[in-house]
Amino acid sequence: MELSTFFQQLTNALSLGSLYALIAIGYTMVYGILRLINFAHGDVFMLGAYFAFYAVTALAMPWWVAFVVALALTAAFGMGLERVAYRPLRDSPKISVMISAIGASFLIENVGIVLFGGRPKSFPSIPLFDTVVHFGSVSMLSVSLFIPVITAVVLGALLWIVHGTKTGLAMRAVSTDLDAARLMAIDVNKTISLTFGIGSLLAGVGGIMWTMKYPQLNPLMGVMPGLKCFIAAVIGGIGNIQGAVLGGFLLGMIEIMIVAFLPELTGYRDAFAFVLLIVVLLVKPAGLLGKNQTVKV
Amino acid sequence: MKKSVLIIAALIAIVALTGCAKTETKVDSNVIKFGVFEPLTGANAAGGAEELDGIRLAQELYPTVTIDGKEYKIELAIADNKSDKVEAANAGQRLVDSDKVQVVLGSWGSGLSMAAGPIFKDAKIPAIGLSCTNPLVTKDNEFYFRVCFLDPFQGTVMANYAFKEVKARKAVIIREVSNDYSVGLAKFFVDSFKALTGDDKAILAELNYNTNDQDFSAQLTQVKSLKPDVIFAPGNYTESALIIKQARELGITAPFLGGDTWEIAEFINVGKQAVEGAVMSAFFDNDAPLTPLSKVFVESYQKKYGKLPSGTAVLGFDGYLLAIDAIKRANSVDPLKIRDAIAATKDFAGAAGIITLDANGDPIKSAVIKEVKGGKFVYKTTVAP
Repeated sequence: MELSTFFQQLTNALSLGSLYALIAIGYTMVYGILRLINFAHGDVFMLGAYFAFYAVTALAMPWWVAFVVALALTAAFGMGLERVAYRPLRDSPKISVMISAIGASFLIENVGIVLFGGRPKSFPSIPLFDTVVHFGSVSMLSVSLFIPVITAVVLGALLWIVHGTKTGLAMRAVSTDLDAARLMAIDVNKTISLTFGIGSLLAGVGGIMWTMKYPQLNPLMGVMPGLKCFIAAVIGGIGNIQGAVLGGFLLGMIEIMIVAFLPELTGYRDAFAFVLLIVVLLVKPAGLLGKNQTVKV
Repeated sequence: MKKSVLIIAALIAIVALTGCAKTETKVDSNVIKFGVFEPLTGANAAGGAEELDGIRLAQELYPTVTIDGKEYKIELAIADNKSDKVEAANAGQRLVDSDKVQVVLGSWGSGLSMAAGPIFKDAKIPAIGLSCTNPLVTKDNEFYFRVCFLDPFQGTVMANYAFKEVKARKAVIIREVSNDYSVGLAKFFVDSFKALTGDDKAILAELNYNTNDQDFSAQLTQVKSLKPDVIFAPGNYTESALIIKQARELGITAPFLGGDTWEIAEFINVGKQAVEGAVMSAFFDNDAPLTPLSKVFVESYQKKYGKLPSGTAVLGFDGYLLAIDAIKRANSVDPLKIRDAIAATKDFAGAAGIITLDANGDPIKSAVIKEVKGGKFVYKTTVAP
């Protein structure tokens, strides 16, 4: 392989990986605080993209206004989802909440098909993101430069919220012991609602950035990215925000390198991601950066 | 407690509203049921929607058929095969078991048709494929017919175009490996292109991707290092549009050629500037009418939908008309007799050309070559078989 080809592949891997990382952060955050795998995350991601699409096309907003509106709507939707599908099950076994999440996921997808139609839509081109940038022989879309920056900003902001603010302290308290937190006069419902709001906002950012890179929307577009980023989050150690970023980059790298070095195995690209999930769960169930927790019985 | 009851009631109402509208079945002796077997959601949704538009138009123009002096109303039973081979088998089974259709129309996408083929065959219900071009759809299945040309012909047409018009001597193939249509068409192109160039190494690489993939940068980086004269990438329209877009972003300038699945509005909407100059084979062109019915189709389609039809919508229209024609000739609503009548189709003048079915149930039709120019599919030439 020529050097320039190798660098191009490396760029491809980093740009795909940073996108996975961005979506995985939201996944892992909700889990970290609530111990709930929000299977509807990929569908909230899809909604974020559609909100932005309709704001730009039907309402003719400038793109940056549209993005802010879409993110606000996505966050509000996430909080509503928590209110309807998860809060009533707060005292039920964990498995009930997980099943409710799967149900919510299917419901959003199918209502999406009814409302948005099954035919794919195409996002209008935004020049700031849709320009080709060259570095020597390596070229990429300008959005691929923005995504790692956004990922880094989001990572920093999130770590600050969780570890540097009162709200973050409340989140960590809820995560450690919900009942004890309530006894300490922490508004548990508000904290959880906020966690979902932030998680959904991140899904929305991911969805919008995804459509900037791959300008095609359909109601099932969140399924595969949702699963992939779940894998990324597990690889990194689910619940660990830095781990999600690491997992995202790792997954992007592995996917691109399989296609680059083992082209005959390209058809199994998605399968590799799932095999990786199984291997990680067998060998290091807590993930790369996760801590082993002992559960008192 | 009350609240949760309300929520559950609301959910049930939503399910009832979305799910039941289509499946309502009434037993009526004056009704003939046509099953529509199409992908209406998922990766191929736009293709299925185009064909359904064509079928609906035909139903509006020809809503009844008369057998022995008795008028029968034609009803459509629509089954969504969800662009998925497993779902396709389920949807086919549903048409046969619960909708009890007399004839099936569809599907867009050979793989989907092939998944449900054995079901129609076992149930002895005739099926008319609309734009499924893979030879295996009708092979060894005496109940599957079609109204479009086949991939060996289409592959040859595009290989000829690559060799003579593009003057290409080295080509790269990018296949949708999970799609029988794409893999089959690519193979016919490869065989034909090798024969034309007389060069066993004329194909530099055959690269793969999966349905629903969005990132093709790794494959395309390889294509770039191979420097081909032409790239043949038959496959689903959205994936193909993204491939071409990403190829241009990487600085690949070689022309892209594809098959009939590209001729759909979403291909241009998603690909935008990048797909300018892409060349594909297609079934039909609005400006090159083939029969008197062509004009009827184009005009009434514009009136109903307010836009120009694509080359796949016309096949939905033709499939419906062929089914009616066969029922009239059979003079019966018995699926077996309808099958025999379809098999005996000779010189049937559809909107997209004359159809005479051979022993396999396939017509011999000419292909149209189109190019994307100024955001539109522009007619280039017609290739006779």
